[in-house]
Amino acid sequence: MRTAEALRMALEALRVNRLRSALTMFGVIIGVSAVVILVAIGTGAKNAVEQEIAGLGSNIILVVPGQLNFQAAPTQSRLDLTDVAYVRRVVGDESRVTVSVQSGETIRVGRDEAFVTVVGTDQFLPNIFDRPLRRGRYLSETDVDTRRRVVILGSEVAAKLFGDVDPVGRQATISGVRFRVIGVYEKVGATFGVARDQEVHVPVTTAQRLIGVARINGIAIGASGPDEIEPLQQRVVAALIQRYPGEKFSAVTQTQLLGTIGTVLGMLTGVLAAIAGISLLVGGVGVSNIMLVSVRERTKEIGLRMALGARQRDILGQFLIEAVLLTTIGGLIGILLGVGGALLIAAVSPVPAAITWWSIALAFGVSVGVGVFFGVAPARRAGKLDPVVALRAE
Amino acid sequence: MTAPAFEAVALTRSYQLEGVSVDALRGVDLTVGPGEFAAIIGPSGSGKSTLMHLLGCLDRPTSGVLKVGGVDVATLTDTQLAELRNQTIGFVFQSFHLLARTSALDNVALPLVYRGVPRAERRTRARAALEAVGLAHRLTHRPAQMSGGEQQRVAIARALVGDPQVVLADEPTGNLDSRNGVEVMNLLTRLNADSGVAVILVTHEPEVAGRARRQIHVRDGLIELDTGSS
Ligand SMILES: Nc1ncnc2c1ncn2[C@@H]1O[C@H](COP(=O)(O)OP(=O)(O)OP(=O)(O)O)[C@@H](O)[C@H]1O
Ligand SMILES: [Mg+2]
Repeated sequence: MRTAEALRMALEALRVNRLRSALTMFGVIIGVSAVVILVAIGTGAKNAVEQEIAGLGSNIILVVPGQLNFQAAPTQSRLDLTDVAYVRRVVGDESRVTVSVQSGETIRVGRDEAFVTVVGTDQFLPNIFDRPLRRGRYLSETDVDTRRRVVILGSEVAAKLFGDVDPVGRQATISGVRFRVIGVYEKVGATFGVARDQEVHVPVTTAQRLIGVARINGIAIGASGPDEIEPLQQRVVAALIQRYPGEKFSAVTQTQLLGTIGTVLGMLTGVLAAIAGISLLVGGVGVSNIMLVSVRERTKEIGLRMALGARQRDILGQFLIEAVLLTTIGGLIGILLGVGGALLIAAVSPVPAAITWWSIALAFGVSVGVGVFFGVAPARRAGKLDPVVALRAE
Repeated sequence: MTAPAFEAVALTRSYQLEGVSVDALRGVDLTVGPGEFAAIIGPSGSGKSTLMHLLGCLDRPTSGVLKVGGVDVATLTDTQLAELRNQTIGFVFQSFHLLARTSALDNVALPLVYRGVPRAERRTRARAALEAVGLAHRLTHRPAQMSGGEQQRVAIARALVGDPQVVLADEPTGNLDSRNGVEVMNLLTRLNADSGVAVILVTHEPEVAGRARRQIHVRDGLIELDTGSS
């Protein structure tokens, strides 16, 4: 028998039992669209995070006290500005090292106020991080040395407090202390949920006085190129450990962060896809079940076809094609729904969704495979029927 | 000289039922020549259907030799048996066995599907076969839209569409009233006379059996009387 003929016959059989075919496909449709949507969300999240990290700047090493561990609370810092000076000597180029001390504070302009992250840093920040200014200037050495009360606003803070007015040169009050605005940053977006546009930057010395601490939160170093990252990282950590024997310091790089986050999100995507895959499997069991029912119902027809000259492989092929057709059509509908769903999610929600060709190809391949896998047993049962017994069936 | 359509020697068929062996056929010797018209008659349970299934290559004998068109069926695989059925045998069943949701034309064309005949040619041949049984006006009808007699004629057209050597009919008039029964018998008789296809039919009714040129009486799995044996 020709394949075209077998296909026509299978389509006809599915058409005859329209409702049943549709319900059977439903399981596959849900499974496939779930795979496509969940993989799209996982991939979208991964892309977004990778973009954020890349957006920080390049070749950055972050030095923090203690051991970097996602589960533990951050260790209380013991680093202060003398340690920054020490690290600058270790690096050998002070302009490639910057510092950060942070605290959540309220900033007020007239009656408007906003809760912001006050970041104390210094004049070297723009050498290391990508933080373009929209207006005004960066911090200067004098700002830091003389503990000036000057502030650079993140784009959202500026918009909220000043609206369309140019904030540069105006006054803002942070925790009751008056500051002069010297600059406004461009919009840069969020990194790891840190809304960088809601930060305000002040001289590190000013910040320490404002918050009432002598410590700093971390040191950032800009390596001169990718090849310098690892040796520099090791050198700095070793120097700090030498200075404070028995304590731990960590230095992480973007690449390491990218690697870690990528692995975590990749695993997450895998888990999501696996869960969706299970529903595809359940859909497959449904197909198997319906095909067994179909074989039983059509036993007499099978007997007749055999009497008229159908070979075992004709009958087997007929039922196998039916099963594969069920899952393939279901798979195609599922892919359409999945792609549509992912696009919709990306359009109307903040969840990023990136459709990947491999997930579509995989979903399609798997739905064909599910049809073959779950169709074989019923089809073999049909092919192995004894024609005399089948003809007698009720 | 052409080989006999069927040649059976010491044919037996037993069924195992819950450890008990039922001997449906206990040693049948039978030769049917090309173009013969024979009726198998006998009481219920005597083994008529079992014999038809063996002759039709739907089943294999427990022992004995069966040659169909000169070929020993024991030497054939299941696939070859299916091909032999397709090429040389046409079946007519008591309950018609038409595909319910399929038109008369496509029902008749079905054996040709398994012979790999292209669709257009299948339709032409199926139409000719339906015309030969007087149903040219029923091509697109489904079984449910036809009378029992018409359905059986569709089944006969299906048995003939592949130009078989033999038509095997197991109680072809069993589900029909006497008028339709007579019509079906007229048709089988005419086909046998006109196209030379051998017809073997099973029946309970002596009047039906009487229309065949040869009567084979079966009882308890044995041939009791054969009017045509030489
Ligand atoms: N599949 C089977 N399993 C067990 N026994 C069977 C089977 N098929 C037939 N038999 C037995 O074989 C014997 C012959 O059956 P068969 O169907 O050939 O009779 P028959 O002459 O066609 O009867 P009827 O006129 O009622 O159709 C019966 O005793 C029947 O019970
Ligand atoms: Mg019978």
